[in-house]
Amino acid sequence: MNRFFVSLRRNYEQGRISGILVLGLAILIAVVLFGAIGSLFVDPINATVGAVRPRRPPGGDYFLGTDSQGRDMWTLLIYATPNTLKMGLIAGFIGVGFGTVLGLIAGHFGGVADAIIRVISDALLTVPAIAVLVVIAGNIDRMSTLIMAMVVASLGWMFTTRTVRAQVLSVREKAYVEVARVNGEGPWEILFAEIMPNIMPYIVASFVGTVSGSILAVIGLEALGLGALEEMTLGNTIYWSQQSSAVLRGYWWWWGPPIVVIALIFIGLFLTSVGFDRFANPRLARR
Amino acid sequence: MSKELQRYLLTRFGQFLLIIFVAVSINFIIPRLLPGDPVQTALARLQTAGGAQNVDIQAVSASYRAKYGLDAPLIEQYFNYWMDLFRLDLGVSFANFPEKVSTMIANALPWSVGLLATATLIAFVTGSLLGARLAWPGAGRGIKTLVPMMMILTSIPFYLLAIILIYFFAVVLRWFPPAGGVDTTRIMRMDWETTADVLNHALLPSLAIILGNIGFWALGMRSQMINVLGEDYITFAEAKGLPQRRIFVWYGMRNALLAQVTALALSLGHVVSGAILVEVIFNYPGLGSLLYVAIRGQDYFVIQGVVLMLIVALAVLLFIVDLIYPLLDPRIRR
Repeated sequence: MNRFFVSLRRNYEQGRISGILVLGLAILIAVVLFGAIGSLFVDPINATVGAVRPRRPPGGDYFLGTDSQGRDMWTLLIYATPNTLKMGLIAGFIGVGFGTVLGLIAGHFGGVADAIIRVISDALLTVPAIAVLVVIAGNIDRMSTLIMAMVVASLGWMFTTRTVRAQVLSVREKAYVEVARVNGEGPWEILFAEIMPNIMPYIVASFVGTVSGSILAVIGLEALGLGALEEMTLGNTIYWSQQSSAVLRGYWWWWGPPIVVIALIFIGLFLTSVGFDRFANPRLARR
Repeated sequence: MSKELQRYLLTRFGQFLLIIFVAVSINFIIPRLLPGDPVQTALARLQTAGGAQNVDIQAVSASYRAKYGLDAPLIEQYFNYWMDLFRLDLGVSFANFPEKVSTMIANALPWSVGLLATATLIAFVTGSLLGARLAWPGAGRGIKTLVPMMMILTSIPFYLLAIILIYFFAVVLRWFPPAGGVDTTRIMRMDWETTADVLNHALLPSLAIILGNIGFWALGMRSQMINVLGEDYITFAEAKGLPQRRIFVWYGMRNALLAQVTALALSLGHVVSGAILVEVIFNYPGLGSLLYVAIRGQDYFVIQGVVLMLIVALAVLLFIVDLIYPLLDPRIRR
């Protein structure tokens, strides 16, 4: 543990840990803690339909007011935030895992496998993701947060594949890979023991990007009414507020707080990814 | 035309065809992968959604069965699917039986293209100019404070910006109409009043798209400019004593724009995805709203048609960007 702090301090002094990274992580941790700690103090029953008096503005008994179906917005927000983050994280893990394996294979083995993977990922990158996801999600009868995460992950691997493939191509020409090859290590051993650890920073960086993209897609699908409508999520809250014309009727406390939380999540992820780029690539930090 | 240019254009055209092929195949396969009869499922869902009370379900189902030949072998169905596409026959709407899906799309398309093309172009041009200005060493303190604001605007999904814009400018201040493409009472004619009305309705949605995108272009251009300005040819141009403005525009911006155009091609899908939701939130009569209404009413073939249309339109746009690229980058033209 002590060694960890020493290296942390050294990195900080070298300017690799920027204020941006710290700020981004702090925002994300605050959002996570909001859901984790908040749920200790509120009763989830208040976030179900008809639990409290509908259409109350913020203040008094209801800190953030209530929606027109009689749900307490504060409770709803506390339970919706972790659900939305969870979907983004699961989709991020699946997408990055799948993308990394494909990128490693494409970069390391080349040939036909590389050509097929590259062509498909390039084609899918240019397709408007929401259009394809709408077709998939619209065909699923019983939507749940897990299925939603998998649907979104199905189009969340291409950037990782591109990044990993490009990095493998440069790393595999390095001397230590050559040494390993001469020492008689097999192709899979070289791939996972020599190449993969060296491109880890890029995989982590693309994980942040993939999580952000996944949350964006999840909220988009939910706002269109394609999510698991009975679950408490930020996207569903936006959907229900749109369904009840909350904007035109002036119920700002219905759509305002979820937008603020969503904005905080995206700003946190964005700052983290910018800050992490500087951490992984020290040349950027000097600018 | 040189060998290299020919090769470039051929690969890009191949890619264009591939995207369309993949998209059509996905659209064909997904409904058929699921258990059960797609027409039956769609009709059953439509009835539960309550959108089909006035429609003779038997007639609709018979017409679909005949047209799609669902009893035929899969490969024949696939072939028929392609033949129908070439005839621009995308089927008939369930909810508005017997209106053709292709007619509905043709009615919605001009709205979407007008809104999205204008907004994206404005965002791209002003964003790039602003980003270039930010990278210039002489940039003032005032303009530098724009950077964090840009970062925030870029990271928020722009359909959420749309909600905030509606609330402040249409509900609180009542400066602009909150929804729709024109006044509901207006008869569409080619005159000044109609144009003004259309523009008045388009202003808020396009503002949402512009605000949401401008930061992306500005930040991208800024980092490209910083890279380009570090190149030796810039130092050389300065040593030659060229005017600053000339270095800035012809040596700096021209080279930085190349990466911006590539980014434009890659981000169009993202922009279109966001614009769909902006249309939904503004109830703007384009493809996005058509898609939304179709999802709400489980109007299966409209969903498929719009999605296909979106993918094909995007592939065409990408191909156009690819065609423009050699004009900007003489290295490919050679």
